[in-house]
Amino acid sequence: MYSYKLSYLKQLEAESIFVIREAVAQFENPVLLFSGGKDSIVMAHLARKAFWPSKLPFPMLHVDTGHNFPETIEFRDYLVDKIGARLIVRTVQDSIDQGLAQEEKGPNPSRNGLQTVTLLSAIEEFKFDAAFGGARRDEEKARAKERFFSHRDEFGQWDPKNQRPELWHLYNGRKNVGEHFRVFPLSNWTELDIWQYIASENLEIPSIYFSHQREIVNRKGVLLAKSEYISLLKDEQYQEQTVRFRTVGDMTCTGAVFSPANTIEDIIAEVAAARVTERAARADDQRSEAAMEDRKKQGYF
Amino acid sequence: MEIKEQKRDADLLRFITCGSVDDGKSTLIGRLLYDTKTIFEDQLQNIERTSQMRGEEYVNLALLTDGLRAEREQGITIDVAYRYFATPKRKFIMADTPGHIQYTRNMVTGASTANLAVVLVDARKGVIEQTCRHTFITSLLKIDHIILCVNKMDLVDYSQEVYEKIKTDFQDFISRLDIADVRYVPVSALQGDNIVNKSTKMPWYEGSTLLYMLENVHLGSDLNHVDARFPVQYVLRPQSTEYHDFRGYAGRVEGGVFKPGDEVLVLPSGFTSTVKTIETFDGPVAEAFAPMSVVITLTDEIDISRGDMLVKPNNQPEVSQDLEIMVCWMSEKPLAKGKKYIVRHTTKEAKCLVKDIRYKMNINTLHKIEEDLNIGLNDIGRITLRTTLPLFYDDYRKNSGTGSLILVDEFTNETVAAAIIL
Repeated sequence: MYSYKLSYLKQLEAESIFVIREAVAQFENPVLLFSGGKDSIVMAHLARKAFWPSKLPFPMLHVDTGHNFPETIEFRDYLVDKIGARLIVRTVQDSIDQGLAQEEKGPNPSRNGLQTVTLLSAIEEFKFDAAFGGARRDEEKARAKERFFSHRDEFGQWDPKNQRPELWHLYNGRKNVGEHFRVFPLSNWTELDIWQYIASENLEIPSIYFSHQREIVNRKGVLLAKSEYISLLKDEQYQEQTVRFRTVGDMTCTGAVFSPANTIEDIIAEVAAARVTERAARADDQRSEAAMEDRKKQGYF
Repeated sequence: MEIKEQKRDADLLRFITCGSVDDGKSTLIGRLLYDTKTIFEDQLQNIERTSQMRGEEYVNLALLTDGLRAEREQGITIDVAYRYFATPKRKFIMADTPGHIQYTRNMVTGASTANLAVVLVDARKGVIEQTCRHTFITSLLKIDHIILCVNKMDLVDYSQEVYEKIKTDFQDFISRLDIADVRYVPVSALQGDNIVNKSTKMPWYEGSTLLYMLENVHLGSDLNHVDARFPVQYVLRPQSTEYHDFRGYAGRVEGGVFKPGDEVLVLPSGFTSTVKTIETFDGPVAEAFAPMSVVITLTDEIDISRGDMLVKPNNQPEVSQDLEIMVCWMSEKPLAKGKKYIVRHTTKEAKCLVKDIRYKMNINTLHKIEEDLNIGLNDIGRITLRTTLPLFYDDYRKNSGTGSLILVDEFTNETVAAAIIL
């Protein structure tokens, strides 16, 4: 007898597609936050699956810090073009120029926190009432508390003590004017799931995920790529190393890992055997014990 | 071999952990993650540092799971958190729910998607009110499997007598409930006895470890593959030359199996048609079953929209505007008889009126209270609703997808209740 069973990856896929459709059915004006990283690539793929043979019923939004890896931006534009989506780009630089945000000082100023300001003004500008994000609960302890449909007040704030209970798969997206939701269809995925899914769906990814030669500087254990956005401290120098990136974010806070992994299968093996989290290489999370929670409360995704 | 290796065709167990405050739940979870090598070095260094700074004797594994500032300050878990780990056999999604009475609603939240519950008791305290409360909710939400973990065995000298007493007490309690599969394991989360590795300190215990139980419990009966139910979530009408005449109904199969050629009945209109194709991005499929998310096309053009349901003519759900439900109240504002709420059921939204409050449940004694019908935060009670539109539903025990609903306050938009349909 045939057994009606789905593998866990197919179950995760089906759940995410359900969540994406549910958000589109419940909200007037959703948007998909897209950075060109692996999670947003999977998100875009699932969104296509959810509405096929229709096109994506919402645009994509990239909140550009201006400190991105050029390979990521190139890939972003390639993918958007390939799937025929509409891309909106809003830049942190604009928010700074408008006096809404202020650049950090110090040896490697990060614009990561400033993304919140730009994101919230873009949400206001386009009157988006739901923003899909590729955040996963396995990433970080504050994210482990996140809901699929995450309510934000009129200031974009997350209140972890007052989240709506989420029962079965009944998602309550009702809100008052000015409020919005963040929707996280990948909540139940882990880093390894993402890679296994990328492998099984044969998805393209930016080259910086694969091993390559790059000049880096080791700053307190975080391997930062050479770029015009950071300046060397006393006694520091760049060294050419064989590295790849586990996460793709801002060049000023995203650390590389030493790795010879050249294929997706290599990456899967490496991630499965990893002894540190992917966010261990993110300098922005190491600023305090509750760095992510604090940023999320402000409106970070 | 790396224990967290995961196979792509592995199956998935969703479970909930519950227990009273200070029963050592966070420590148990920390231990489970630690011993399955799911904890990473940077996370461990982090909590080692914090434990040291706080002057704690052991590395406090509970710090791993208490992620929010307020939780760390108070040393308690406030909100449900989801954790993930895998073994070569299975992948696990664990809902870590708080023990405090005032967070019962979060326990219901975690339990609503679980296949199994791990109920923790402190060996020194035995079966207490909270144990009963959690177990009752577990049975109410039809979780088929329970593992009772008798924790802190190290503090009772690994006494078999203590363990057997608690086991007997628990068996007495659950004899009044309808739970198919209950297992017992004596553990020390702090010392790691019988969590992942078999303890040498309790030679009298011949059963398996907690992890072994989690890996081997039989799954598969949780989803309904008999009664065909397809709530329409979204209608796809691509405005493209290639798919000019395409009209597809996107949704998730909530029960049964749909195949091309099947005759289907559309609710509420009552029209019948035939499944033409079952479409996915990866191509058409020969059949769709729960919990697949697919697109169904029909041979006839019928007016169908979100909230409608495709079923089989010879196997129909209940259709009614009058519902008998058990609610778990989740709001500080008590349930009000005669008040209107918004009801969300499958993909349908309607308004409803609370017609009658039948009784409140004393969930510690399992008695019905008929003299106090004031249902407030964390109370469970039986009520009747009258809805503005007919709902298509099944008994929760038959299908949790079509047998569950939530109530939403129409002014604050808060989810005020979780309910199962009787």
